Amino acid sequence: MRKNLIQHFILALLVVISFTTYAQHSNDEHAKSEEKAWGDLSKGERKAEIKKVINHHLLDDHDFTITHGVSFPLPVILWDNGLQIFMSSKFNHGETLAESNGNFYKVHHSKIYKTDAEGTITMDDHHHPTNVKPLDLSITKNVFVIMLMALFMFFIFKGVAKAYKSGPMPKGAGRFLEPLVVFIRDEIAIPNIGKKHYKRYMNYLLTVFFFIWFLNLLGMTPFGIGVTNNFAVTTALALCTFFITQFTANKNYWSHIFWMPGVPKLMRIVLAPIELLGVFIKPFALTIRLYANMTAGHVVLMSILGLIFVANSWIAAGPFSVLTLLLSILELLVAALQAYIFTMLTALYFGSAVEEHH
Amino acid sequence: METLISNFSVGLFFWQAAIFIILIFLLRKFAWGPILTAVNEREESIEEALKSAEEARLKLAELKTDNQALLNETRAERDAMLKEARTMKDGILAEAKANASIEGDKIIASARESIQQEKMAAITDLKNQVAVLSIEIAEKILKDELSSAEKQKALIDNVVKDIVLN
Repeated sequence: MRKNLIQHFILALLVVISFTTYAQHSNDEHAKSEEKAWGDLSKGERKAEIKKVINHHLLDDHDFTITHGVSFPLPVILWDNGLQIFMSSKFNHGETLAESNGNFYKVHHSKIYKTDAEGTITMDDHHHPTNVKPLDLSITKNVFVIMLMALFMFFIFKGVAKAYKSGPMPKGAGRFLEPLVVFIRDEIAIPNIGKKHYKRYMNYLLTVFFFIWFLNLLGMTPFGIGVTNNFAVTTALALCTFFITQFTANKNYWSHIFWMPGVPKLMRIVLAPIELLGVFIKPFALTIRLYANMTAGHVVLMSILGLIFVANSWIAAGPFSVLTLLLSILELLVAALQAYIFTMLTALYFGSAVEEHH
Repeated sequence: METLISNFSVGLFFWQAAIFIILIFLLRKFAWGPILTAVNEREESIEEALKSAEEARLKLAELKTDNQALLNETRAERDAMLKEARTMKDGILAEAKANASIEGDKIIASARESIQQEKMAAITDLKNQVAVLSIEIAEKILKDELSSAEKQKALIDNVVKDIVLN
């Protein structure tokens, strides 16, 4: 049953891809004209071009681009005096205006702005558009990947759980995943939270670990679907940790923030705002750490790959490719490490929230 | 920082939070719950099995020492029994020997006695026969001596001659 679903899903994906490759033809010609220009570009212009590519890669997108020219549209959902729903193919990769119920929208740096019928975008002094940004709840590339990941995790772990019905030993994917589950329980949850309280946090810790790890690994694929290098995603994850910590905290936790026991009264008054600030800094640090690490990894990898094109020489291709390969291996380690650190620190915060008075 | 905030996608944040929270609850019900329960149960059963194996091992060791003690005891008992049997045998043998010699002596003595008796009877018998024979001889001699008047007269004369009145 589970296998069938996955097979159907992959089949559906392939169909979507093959239908959308029609776009490739026109884009190829476009690419050719670009290639001609590439040789004529100065080094500085090439660097600028690569920087643009990297920046675009790091941003979310309204189309799902698998490789250059191969993409399929995703639904755009805007809240602008009512729901405005249309497919992102209306934008033609940001080249044309999209019209919906008499409103006009344009994509600028992967953001949707409301424009007039001519599509003029007015800029302020810092080159930021001053146009109105409608509330964008589109199923963007990252949202799409998050949905796929959620489905993937659900079916994988449901399958793992199901295998235990026929016997006490794990089967299939469970053989690989069970040790990780046990690792999170024995090495992360129990030492940081304690034997008494760890059980209620296991669901969150396991979900967050595998979610971040899988998404980090997915970011290493050549499709350029780095979800965890998105600030909004890491913020959402860290906020989950933050709210769970605050809502499950005991009296001891709050007394340590507002009325630190064991120090003079004056110090307690001084410490309270610092401790309170710490409560908010902790999730913020979680957000930035994951976001910055994953972004940095992608930027470094793509920059080194970009050097090949800056040098524009086949001699450069060899060494830089090897360097990229080595760094990719390092990034694979970082993918697991960042997931571990996020989970570890989350467990640490949970531990402080339920620590008993001693 | 400014670009970070200006690039912050509310939509992505919303979807991420929504999907993630739904995922947590779904996985809790369908995955983590059953997985953790299964792992816990297995660990407990392994622990129990190990514990019972250890207990069995201890019991076995105890049984072994018990067996050894029993064996030693039996061996000692056997040895004692053998020893007893040996002394008993010796005793019986000695007694039998003694009895046999006494009996033998007795038999010898009674045999000797009966021989003596037989001998005495034979002697007596012989004596009697000798006496009878002597009487018979004497009778024959007398008969012969006194067969005629002259002989009787001669005898009387002889006796009378001996009887000399002193």
